[in-house]
This record gives sequence, structure tokens and C-alpha cells, in this order.
Amino acid sequence: MSTGNGRYRNPMQRARGLGSAKAGTDHFWWLRMTSIALAILVPSFISVLVSMIGADLESVRAAIARPWNAILLSMFVVALFWHSKLGLQVVIEDYVHTRAAEVTLQLLVTLACAVGAFASLYAIGRIALMA
Amino acid sequence: MTSTKDPSRGVAALHKNTLPMTHPERPLSPHLQVYRWQLTMVMSILHRATGVALVVGVFALAWWLLAVAAGGESYANAAGALASPFGKIILFGFSLALVYHLLNGIRHLLWDAGWGYDIPEVYRSGYAVAVLSVIFTAAIWWAALAGAA
Repeated sequence: MSTGNGRYRNPMQRARGLGSAKAGTDHFWWLRMTSIALAILVPSFISVLVSMIGADLESVRAAIARPWNAILLSMFVVALFWHSKLGLQVVIEDYVHTRAAEVTLQLLVTLACAVGAFASLYAIGRIALMA
Repeated sequence: MTSTKDPSRGVAALHKNTLPMTHPERPLSPHLQVYRWQLTMVMSILHRATGVALVVGVFALAWWLLAVAAGGESYANAAGALASPFGKIILFGFSLALVYHLLNGIRHLLWDAGWGYDIPEVYRSGYAVAVLSVIFTAAIWWAALAGAA
């Protein structure tokens, strides 16, 4: 904090713009944006899922392949994995105090969520193009 | 509480630089073991716990989508696993966690918007979330089991 020219700087100078964390309110904002999206998409997802109980493979594929269902399901899985990544990030920041373990876990969570999201999009695309 | 009688943990230790990042005289942050359990605290802990559990559910959804895309034996295995008694218990757990996290998440969003900060309101919304979680989860399973029958 008392390094170099920062010494005579008003604290306000550090808080302005992106702030001392250098990421601004990005994390806060996207956690809320994805939560609003999920608050809308989760009830529709549950109702579609419940309505498909007992359906055979072909009708499940046909339901996913319908244009708007495929689009909304794609947005749903992206929001889910994004929200998961942001949420787990905070949990790791709060409880893992060994720097090496923390960075490793953050990398693994980011990677796993990216793989999960792209694998889901691949599956939805394959189902949509197959039908 | 840290003992000031122990020379290895007192101020003397600081001067010897044996505790570079800690100050034994600092007040401790609220600690789970000494706090009386209360609704607000339980709901906060549950929000985080259900959130972590639901990440597993999100990956289960990806696995299910891949099985639907692959079809054949993969889908038969996935459908069989989900329909088994153990699969149903897991799904029930996910559904309850999802409904709770969603409702309590809405509560958090309302707080973010500046609504419901008074203590009586915090308790009212807390009880509402708890009761609605049970009702909505029961409704989902009533519809699911009626649909399956």
C-alpha cells in the first residue's frame, strides 16, 4: 500500500474505476445476471422435464430438437455452468487458504465448468441436427 | 481464544517474527462454535451448501444430455440409473436443493435491490422460503409420480 508513488495518493484514487481488485464489479454483476436468467429458466426446465417423464428416447430428442427449446436449453446450460463457476470461485476464495491449492482449484473449476458447458452444447447441437 | 501467557503466541513472538501474518490480540471473526444457531444463519449456510451440491447436479444434466445425444446403450444406462431407487433419492435431493436455492436466491436478489432488510422481514421471508421449498418440491414430485403412473 505504501509502495512508490501510491504513498501520496488519496485512497479514493484506488477505489475509482476498476478498484483495488482490478476487476470492478464483474463478479457481482454476472452472478446476479445469471441468477435472474436461471430464476426464469429453471421453472420452465422443471416443467418440461416433468412432462417428459416416461417418454421414450425419440420423443425426448424431438422435444429438445424443437428450435426454441434447443435455443433456451443452450442458454440454460451456459447460465448454469457460468453461475456454478462464479459460485464455486467464492467458496474456494473463502475456505482455501493455501495459495497453491487455491489457484489449482480455481483453474480446475474453470476448466471443468467450461468442459461441462461445451459438452452440453455439443450434445444439444447433435440432438437438434439429428432430428 | 488465544492465550497471552503462552510465550510462543504472545506479542514477543511477533517481535521474533515467528508469526508473520497473525496478530494474537486481534478480535476473531464470528465463529460457528460460539454462535447460537438461528434461522438466518442456517439459511445462509444452506444456500451455500445447496449451491455446491447443485454443481454436481449441473454436471449430471450434462451427462444426461450426452446420453440422450448418444442414444442406444448410453441412454438406456442413464435412464435406468435415474429411474432406480437410488437415482430417485438423488433426484429428490437435487430437486429440493434446487427449489430452495432458487427461492432463497430470489430473496437475495430482493435484498440486493434494497428490499426486506428489517429483521422481522428477514425472518418472514426466511420462513416463507422454507415453507414454499417444501410445498414446491412436493408439487414437483406429485406431478412427476402422477405422470409416471
